[in-house]
Amino acid sequence: MTNTLRSVAKTAAAASVIALTAGAGAAMAQDSLTLGLQLEPPHMDPTSAAAGAIDQVVYANVFEGLTRFGSDGSVNPGLAKSWDISEDGLTYTFHLVEGAKFHDGTDFEATDVVFTLDRARAEDSVNAQKSLFAGIESVEALDPATVQVTLSAPDGMFLFKMAWGDAVIVAPESIEDITTNPVGTGAFTFGNWVQGDSITLQKNPEYWGEPAMLDSATFKFISDPTAAFAAMMAGDVDVFVAFPAPENLPQFDADPRYNVLIGNTEGETIVAMNNARPPFDNKMVREAVAHAINRQDIIDGAMFGYGTPIGTFFAPHNPDYVDLTEMSAYDPEAAKALLEEAGVELPLSVKMTLPPTSYARRGGEIVAAQLREVGIEAQIENVEWAQWLENTFRNAHDYDLTIISHTEPMDIASLADPDYYTGYDNSAFREVIDQIAVESDPEVRSDLLGQAQTMLAEDYVAGFLFELPLHTVAKTGVEGLWVNMPTQATDLTAVYWDN
Amino acid sequence: MSHSQTDTAAPTEQGTLAAALRNRNLILGGLLTLVFLGAALLSFLWVPYDVTQMAIANKIKPPYADHLLGTDHYGRDILSMLMVGARTSIAVAVLAVGIGMVIGVPLGLWAAAKRGSLLDEVIMRGNDLVFAFPSLVIAVMITAAFGPSATNAIVAIGIFNIPVFARITRSGALTLWNRDFILAARVAGKGSARISFEHILPNVLNLLIVQGTIQFSLGILAEAGLSYVGLGAQPPTPSWGRMLADSQTFISFAPHMALFPGLAILLTVLGLNLMGDGLRDLFDPKLRRGRT
Repeated sequence: MTNTLRSVAKTAAAASVIALTAGAGAAMAQDSLTLGLQLEPPHMDPTSAAAGAIDQVVYANVFEGLTRFGSDGSVNPGLAKSWDISEDGLTYTFHLVEGAKFHDGTDFEATDVVFTLDRARAEDSVNAQKSLFAGIESVEALDPATVQVTLSAPDGMFLFKMAWGDAVIVAPESIEDITTNPVGTGAFTFGNWVQGDSITLQKNPEYWGEPAMLDSATFKFISDPTAAFAAMMAGDVDVFVAFPAPENLPQFDADPRYNVLIGNTEGETIVAMNNARPPFDNKMVREAVAHAINRQDIIDGAMFGYGTPIGTFFAPHNPDYVDLTEMSAYDPEAAKALLEEAGVELPLSVKMTLPPTSYARRGGEIVAAQLREVGIEAQIENVEWAQWLENTFRNAHDYDLTIISHTEPMDIASLADPDYYTGYDNSAFREVIDQIAVESDPEVRSDLLGQAQTMLAEDYVAGFLFELPLHTVAKTGVEGLWVNMPTQATDLTAVYWDN
Repeated sequence: MSHSQTDTAAPTEQGTLAAALRNRNLILGGLLTLVFLGAALLSFLWVPYDVTQMAIANKIKPPYADHLLGTDHYGRDILSMLMVGARTSIAVAVLAVGIGMVIGVPLGLWAAAKRGSLLDEVIMRGNDLVFAFPSLVIAVMITAAFGPSATNAIVAIGIFNIPVFARITRSGALTLWNRDFILAARVAGKGSARISFEHILPNVLNLLIVQGTIQFSLGILAEAGLSYVGLGAQPPTPSWGRMLADSQTFISFAPHMALFPGLAILLTVLGLNLMGDGLRDLFDPKLRRGRT
């Protein structure tokens, strides 16, 4: 693209919001895209926070890992173009892509990989998924384009782990300001961030791989479902990823101006119970909650029928999934009997803290009504996202019940940590998880995963609701979007306008 | 206190009734208000359906014989929710007006009794200060700081009623302080506090009732507004504002979900305003000309 063309395109990008509302959008050259997302990231560093909202913007676009997820969940080469695994499964030799540069102009080299992995597994690391790096014994740069990682035990999932957003490669030169100015190697550079409104990414003209087809992409943060609907209808956004009002999907589907994509996420949506404190430290009370919940009503009422019921903390589209929904089947009588047996005083008064996502807010109202039927008064407290992360999830774990979807892939291991917000402390479960981590025989692994799932269901660690579906509403002509969300990401590298 | 009554322009008992019956605003406003109060009172004894009972299978039904106003997105009966929601609205508005009156009226009386003094200045400029803040924004701040609940909504709305009542009481009281019967009371040796409550207050009561009605309707609107943004009464307590907020994404295919709570708010506020106007006309025909 010549310089003139590019400046025309930039003007078009700037004018697109106005032009689109005026209905003249189709006539313009389309190489910018405006996307709607419900949650705004707290900052821009995917390697130091659990918030999926960060990966939703930067994964694959700004930052890349050694390996990366494809839209089907497969693990593909990323900054490592190939790798060799030693016979004993302990040594991984990564051959890095050549000619890759960080957005600040510095070269991407083996030392950056060493820096990233050492930083993530360090004692004082604030990485939200430290377990991904726990098996690494040492990381060594053999030459500028080769990295050797030695594991303490064979790990069949190591390449998978390196594809996570928490394992993307960062550079020591730019780590200081990473939270406000993310510098990665991806096909898009960070443009600017209007706090509370939007983040803009620009095409990286010096990208080492296949260049992006869009010139710029703007993520607009719209948390209110009504506003999301209005923005989509008015043409203010071209794509809304994880559209929050499922009741409006039939309307978009019937409208030739829009496409509705329905896919899977890795999001196990659960009624999390604080296992670490009364009354939910009592398994019988937890079991009572599980039986008081009518999953189908929640799926119909909060999700308008979209969503697959789950009976444990595992994605149902995964081949290793075990259907345990029967163990926590809807049975209010059993729930009442269990509460009586547990000897809790009825009505049992608890607090239900709800983050702003619509599945949580709506699901919460339904769950509260269902719990009331069996004598549990769940008082609803609606909180903002940052507040939820701070008080419920990260530090204080100050909650009784909450509803949240865990959208990380294969995250069953996170429940093994007794300091996790669920407060589930079971050494037998931890042992199984530890075995899974080092097991490379697929059959044994599958069996162990089944055991782990069953343990969670038997201990009624949480009220398991449904697997969160992914609804993407896009203007007709936007192609190349991920239908499924195998990890928290909005991969724009292959997105284009087909007009 | 009969001697103070003679000083007002109020007509005789019989005349009041006749005037009331001739006043269309008052009749219409009164009827609407009665329907609203009646629905709230009735809801204590009987509602068609339990408002906390969800019936997901029966969600988003337009009005039909079983559910006269249809059902919402959880299959709850909208008529029942409106009836119970009226209770929330009344409770918040009544208490908010109560806070305004209990604090505002004595302040106004006090300021009028000490008219022209530094105290008067302090009280009235303090009122101006509260007035200067956009009330809904402050209400949002209060509920954001102390957590959203009906109680905090009441306090937030109530605070902004204080200057309204203080002002109207003071201005009403000021005109009375120069009257002969007050002079007589002073000659009789009554102190200003006693005069304020025994002679001034009964004579500004008309003003307060009219203003109270208006503030009541504003309180209902404010409660609906706070609930609409999620800062009023929390679920499962039904509230008109939240019903309206919940209905938004359904409006294109289930307009009844927005229509009925919207109508309830509209008619109630209209009724109270008409009644306020009617009462003003009734109490003081002179005001009718000066009204804007």
